[in-house]
This record gives sequence, C-alpha cells and structure tokens, in this order.
Amino acid sequence: MQRQVALIKQSLFDQGYLDEQFMELEELQDDANPNFVEEVSTLYFKDSARLINNIDQALERGSFDFNRLDSYMHQFKGSSTSIGANKVKAECTKFREYCRAGNAEGCLRTFQQLKKEHSTLRKKLEHYFQLARQAGPKETARRPK
Amino acid sequence: MGMAAESQFHVLAVDDSLFDRKLIERLLQKSSCQVTTVDSGSKALEFLGLRQGIESNDPNALSTAPVNHQEVEVNLIITDYCMPGMTGFDLLKKVKESSALKNIPVVIMSSENVPARISRCLEEGALEFFVKPVRLADLNKLKPHMMKTKLRSQKMEEIEKPSKDENGSVVAAVVSEIKDSTKTEIEILPLQQDPLLVQQGEQMLSTNNKRKSMEEGISTDRARPRFDGITTAV
Repeated sequence: MQRQVALIKQSLFDQGYLDEQFMELEELQDDANPNFVEEVSTLYFKDSARLINNIDQALERGSFDFNRLDSYMHQFKGSSTSIGANKVKAECTKFREYCRAGNAEGCLRTFQQLKKEHSTLRKKLEHYFQLARQAGPKETARRPK
Repeated sequence: MGMAAESQFHVLAVDDSLFDRKLIERLLQKSSCQVTTVDSGSKALEFLGLRQGIESNDPNALSTAPVNHQEVEVNLIITDYCMPGMTGFDLLKKVKESSALKNIPVVIMSSENVPARISRCLEEGALEFFVKPVRLADLNKLKPHMMKTKLRSQKMEEIEKPSKDENGSVVAAVVSEIKDSTKTEIEILPLQQDPLLVQQGEQMLSTNNKRKSMEEGISTDRARPRFDGITTAV
C-alpha cells in the first residue's frame, strides 16, 4: 500500500503536476504536524476556488477589467507556486500575459485550461491524500510541541 | 521545542493570505521560533504597540501559535509586501520611524522578484528580502541573527546594572547580508547595557566570517538617520 502511494506521488511529479515546492512542504511535516501538507492543500483549493469564482463572474459580466483580473491571478499564481502546482502555475502565467496584452480571447481560452488543470490536480491530490492516510497511520505517539 | 517562552526567538508574521500565513508559521516553527501571525499591517502595529513592555490581554487582535501567553518581545517581523491598505513597505517604514520599534529587524516577502522593489526595501532598512515561496533555507539565513539577538536578550536579563567597564560605547553590531548583492551593510543598534555585549557580538561576527564588513565601516547610502556618538570597538 505504501508503495502504491509512493508511486502515485512519483507520477504526479513525473507528469509535471507537482514541482519541488511540494517536496519542500513535505519537509515541514513531522510527528507534531503530520497532516500539514494535506491541510495546506485543502486551504489552497478553498482559496483558489474562491478566486476562480471571482474571475468567472468578472469574465461573465463581459467587462474585461484587465487590472482586476491580473490582480486575482497574481494571488492565484502566488498560492499555486507555494503549493507546487506546476501546471496550474503555468496557466496563471499565460493568463497574466494575455491580461497585460489586453487580449480578452486569450484570457478566456487560458482560463478554461486553467480550470481544467486545477480540477485535475484537485482530484489527483485528494486521491493521493486518501491513500496516504489509509496506507500509513502514524504508529509513533505524537510528541507535544 | 520545549524551550521557555522568554528565551525562544519570537517572530511576528504579517500576511493577508491565510494560506501564506499558515505556510510561514510552519516554516518558522520548524526553525524553532515562536510565531504570532496577523493578517494586516495595522494589526501588526497594534500588536507591537501592545506588546513592547506591556502585557497584552487582547486575544482578538491576532492568532498565535499554541504557546502560553506570557509577555514576550518581538524579535523579528516578517511581512508580505503586497497587502491591501498598509503594504509591507509601509509597515517597514512605520517600524523604522518608531523609536520604540526601530530596532526590530524586518524581513519583506514578495511573490514578485522586482529588483527596484528589493533595493527600495533594503534602503528603507529591511534586513532581508525573500522571494516567495519562502523556504527553510531562506530562514536559515536569519539563524545567525536570531542567535545573536537571543544572546543579547539573555544578557540583558542577566545583567541588571551596567558593569564597571567603561569605554563609553554601548553597542552591539548586527550584520545583515543583502540578498544577491556583494556589499554588506551594518545596522548599529544602540543598547542601554554594557559593552560585554560588544564582545559577544564580536565573537558571533567572527564565527560568521563577517568581520571584514566591520572593518569596511558603516554604509552611508541610507535614508535613515544615523545614530551619533556610537563607536564600534573592533
């Protein structure tokens, strides 16, 4: 089971869904904070869902306030970078370039792609964390902080 | 872990993003710091105003890492640059302009790597500028500084009155290394205690291989006012 979890994680890296920043987060996990990565991951998806919603609404209104869109995307890119969401981050960068170029069509297209990547990553990480929890219940007693 | 609150290095982390706060908090805890997080510059100032020498009973002002609420000093401020209302840069300025707070080192974080922004912050007195995502390796750069400050606070607790050694100067030198730059600047922090601390400072400096920066002298290209009558015993 543990091996399966390891393989899934490896494939996430190999396929470029995650980058080394995710590993940095794993380094922060310890006996006192055994679920840190999953916790921040949950936070990230909550945060980013909100941003996606804001951007969706802004785009639906048809008013292309590129400054505002860029500002949302700045936040989105920031947290995506911090969690190691490689592909999502790439789409964020593209979106911002289109914003700066004032290219509405490009923004729309990129945003669709971004949502797809975001959703895919979410599913994959949820699956990964679920398996990880099943595979490795922490035997060691939690040390008080 | 398991250290008494007084002796643990206490960092105030400021960021409007909950996600980033959680991250920096964990990073700092992992670096053996006590952490308090706030979500705005104004809350940070509020916290600093309450905490410096005064006991705070306001649990609503902030969220803290789970430690006992003893009166503690803030040894370092780490703040995001881009925040609504008061930016990290504004906060930095306010801290450096305050006579009560200007000795607290300030580190700025930003997800954007803008050289002009970085120099502006360093010119204004920031100790360091970290490009996000901040990593443990970045915080390790602050370790020598953390040790020195902790040592100084411990000395200040132990030494009630100034010793008989008179050389007129009461100074500890703090050396900060500018990220991606070859030059090194010194911040001189005036203290009310005795010159024993200078010697402690010297030892720390030499182990950090930063002695040359003391010999090079104080950098003058700063907007902040200089402190008069301070000599460094090299």
